[in-house]
Amino acid sequence: MSKVVIDALVERFPDAVYEAYVGVGGDDCVFVKKERIVDVCRFLKSDPKMLFDMAPYITAVDYLGQEPRFEVVYNLLSLKTNRRVRLRVKVPEQDALVPSVTSLWRGADWFERYCFDMYGIRFSDHPDMRRLFMYDEFVGHPLRKDYPLKGRQPLVEERDVRDIVRGPGPATRD
Amino acid sequence: MTDHKGLGGLDTEATPGSALDREIRLPLGEHELDAPMPSRHMTVNLGPSHPAMHGVTRAVVQLEGEFIRSMKLDIGFLHRGFEKSCENVTWTQCFPYTDRLNYVSSIMNNVGFALAVEKLCKLDVPERAKYLRVITCEIHRICDHLTLVGAMAMELGAMTVFLYAIEARDIIYDRLAELCGARLTSNYGRIGGVARDTPEGWIEKTTKTLDRTKDYVDEIDELVSRNRIFIDRTRGTGVVPREDAIELGFTGPCLRASGEPYDIRKASPYLVYDRLDFDIPVGTNGDNFDRFQMRMEEMRQSDRIIRQCFAQMEPGEIAVQDFRYVLPPKPLVYGTIEGLMAHFKIVMEGIQVPAGEAYSYTEAANGELGFYVVSDGGGRPYKLGLRAPGWPMLAALPFMSVDSLLSDLIPTFDSINMIGGEVEQ
Amino acid sequence: MASELDTLPVITTRRDEAQGFLQGLVSKSLGWARKYSLFQYPFVTACCGMEYMTVAAARYDLDRFGAALPRFSPRQADLLIVVGTVNCKQAPILRRVYEQIADPKWVVAFGVCASSGGFYDNYATVQGIDRIVPVDVYIPGCPPRPEQVLDGIMLLQRKIQGQEHKLIDRKPLPVVGQEPTSR
Repeated sequence: MSKVVIDALVERFPDAVYEAYVGVGGDDCVFVKKERIVDVCRFLKSDPKMLFDMAPYITAVDYLGQEPRFEVVYNLLSLKTNRRVRLRVKVPEQDALVPSVTSLWRGADWFERYCFDMYGIRFSDHPDMRRLFMYDEFVGHPLRKDYPLKGRQPLVEERDVRDIVRGPGPATRD
Repeated sequence: MTDHKGLGGLDTEATPGSALDREIRLPLGEHELDAPMPSRHMTVNLGPSHPAMHGVTRAVVQLEGEFIRSMKLDIGFLHRGFEKSCENVTWTQCFPYTDRLNYVSSIMNNVGFALAVEKLCKLDVPERAKYLRVITCEIHRICDHLTLVGAMAMELGAMTVFLYAIEARDIIYDRLAELCGARLTSNYGRIGGVARDTPEGWIEKTTKTLDRTKDYVDEIDELVSRNRIFIDRTRGTGVVPREDAIELGFTGPCLRASGEPYDIRKASPYLVYDRLDFDIPVGTNGDNFDRFQMRMEEMRQSDRIIRQCFAQMEPGEIAVQDFRYVLPPKPLVYGTIEGLMAHFKIVMEGIQVPAGEAYSYTEAANGELGFYVVSDGGGRPYKLGLRAPGWPMLAALPFMSVDSLLSDLIPTFDSINMIGGEVEQ
Repeated sequence: MASELDTLPVITTRRDEAQGFLQGLVSKSLGWARKYSLFQYPFVTACCGMEYMTVAAARYDLDRFGAALPRFSPRQADLLIVVGTVNCKQAPILRRVYEQIADPKWVVAFGVCASSGGFYDNYATVQGIDRIVPVDVYIPGCPPRPEQVLDGIMLLQRKIQGQEHKLIDRKPLPVVGQEPTSR
C-alpha cells in the first residue's frame, strides 16, 4: 500500500513515532511511544485525509527476553479511504499501563480487556477493566511466555481418573 | 424502534391491509391516564447452559417488566487456549486448531491462517489451489449462513425452516466429506496450497448439490421472509445505526446491513476474487430482519461465485512445489534422500518461516477474520493472534438490546451469528 | 444409578443378589420403558453442537430412538449429553446441572473433548468430564459422525436395559454435595 499514512504520521508527530517501515505484504507499520498513543489515534481518526474510523484488531505480544517486554499492536482501518495501518507500542513490564483508546473507538474495549486478561497490561481510563476470558479466581496471565501451558487451576474438585470403572467395551458387546 | 403499545414492530409495508396499516387510536388519549408504578429491577441470569445462547455466554439482564434496562455479558466459558496451544505446535499442526475456531465454516479459518503465513514466507500459491480455496470457502459460507438461518428461525418458532436448513447443510457436507475427508472440521488448507485435489466427478456432483441447496433456500425464503410473525419480531429490533456500527467495529454482513458497503472481497481482493463477478447486498435499517436477509442474499451470491470458479478452474498443481514448505509426494519420500529429509524436517521441526509479523484479513462468513502472525524464524509460531469476526458484535450486544424487550434479545443474539469457538478462542 | 451395576448377573449363588422372577420382569419392562423414552438435556458448548444439530434433525433422526425432545430444564431430563469442550470455567456449571437432574440419570460424553479433553491439553480445559461427573457412554470423534452418535445411543440403550430397575427403590439417596467421589 502507499506510504501516505506513515509519511503523514512522521511529519505530524516527529517525536512520538519512530521507525516507520513497510512490512510484508505492503502493510504500513510504525512504532509509537506509549504516552502519545491517544494523540496519534485521535489524529488518525479525525483528520479529513486519514479518517481511520474503525479499529478492527488490537492485541499484545510478549517478547520475553527483550526489554521492553510487551508490545501492544493496533491495526486500524479506514473504510472511506480503504487504508490500513499498524501501530506498535512497546510497553515495559514494570510500567504496564497504556492510555486507552476506548474514548475514540468503542469497539476497542473488549480488545483491551483481553490484553489485560491474557498479558497483564492495564489500560487507564478504561470503562470496565476486568478479566474477559478467565475466571476471577484465576491467578496469573495465561498468554505470557512464562506461564506454563498446562497450568490448570481447577474450580471444581476433580476426581482421580484412575478410579473410574470402565464398562465393557465394544469388543464384548453383541 | 419497537412500538410500546404492545403491537410489536409497527410495519406497514409488509402486508397491506393488515391491522397495522391503519392509524390506531387508543381510546381516552395516549399516556395521560397511564399510572406507571416505579418498581425494582429484576435480575435474570440467562445462563451459560441455555438453548438460545449460541455457544456459551452468560447474559445478566436487569429487567423492568419486560424491558431490559441494563445487560452485562460474561464470556469465557469456551476459552480453550487456542493461542497458547498454537505456540507449542508446528505451523502445519495449527490447522486443526484453526478449524475449530469458527466451526461452521472452518475452511475459511484455514485459508485465513495460510494466507498470513504465506505473506511472511512470500509464497504465491498456484492457480488451481487459489480456485479450490475460493470454492471451499464459499461452500462453507453457504453452510454458515444456512446454520444461522435455521437457528434463527427455530428460535422464533419456525421448526420446519431449521429442518430444511440442516438438510441442505447435510447434502453439502456429503460433498465436503468426499473432498476433505471430514464433514465439519475439514483441515483442508495447507501452507502453500491445499491438502488434496478434487476426486473424479466431484464438480458435477457439487453442481447438482448446489441446485438442490438453492431449492431449499428458495423454500425457506417463501416460508419465512413474508411471514407476519417473523417480520414483527425481527423488523425494528436490534437496530444499529451506521455510524455506531462502524465505531463499534462491526464488519461483514452486520455492517452491510447497517448500510456501509464494505466487503474485503471487493475492497482488497485476495486469492481470485478480482476475477469473479458477484454483487454485495447492502441493507438499510440495520435491524435483525436486514441481517437475516443479508445472509439469504449472500447465499445466492456464493452460489454464483462457485459456479464461475468451476467454469474458470484449470487443472494444475494444488500446492507450491517447494519442499521446504509442502510435503513432497510419497514416491519421492520413499525413493530419494532429499525427499525423505524434506519430509522429516517439515514434520519434526516444522516449516521455517522467516522472522517477522503479518496480519492477514479475509472476508469470513461473519465479517473480517484476521490472523496476526508473529514468527521468530523457527518451526513454531511465536504468536498467533485471531481477530474473531463475531467479537465486536457480541461486545455491542448490550448496546443493541438496552431499552428493548427481553424477547427481542433472542433474534438479536441469533442474527449477529456469534460462534463460541471464535469469540472465545 | 449410572455406573454401578452395568449388567445383571445371570446366575447368582448369593440370595441377596438374586432377583426373583417377578422382579426380573419388572426390571426388564422398566428398562424397556426408560431406554425408549430418554429425555435428553443437551449441554452444548462447541463444535460438536453442530453434529448434535444434525443428529437431532431430519436425516439422522434421534426421534426414532425415542430421544427426540430436548428438555432444557434439568429437572425434567434424565439423560445429560455433554456436547463439546468443557473448560475450567464451565466445570462448576456442569457439576451443578448434573446434580440437579433427578435419579435415574445417565451421562453421555459426546465428542473427544468431553471424553478426554481432546487435543486441548492446556490451562483452560478439563481433561474429560469424567473428572467431574460419572459418565456412562463415551462417544469419541472430533466431531463424531452422526452414525457414531446413534451407535452410542444404542449402546446406552443396551446398558439401560441391562441395569437393575425397581418400582420402589429403597436405596438411600445420596445427599447432594456429599456424594462419594468414587463410584
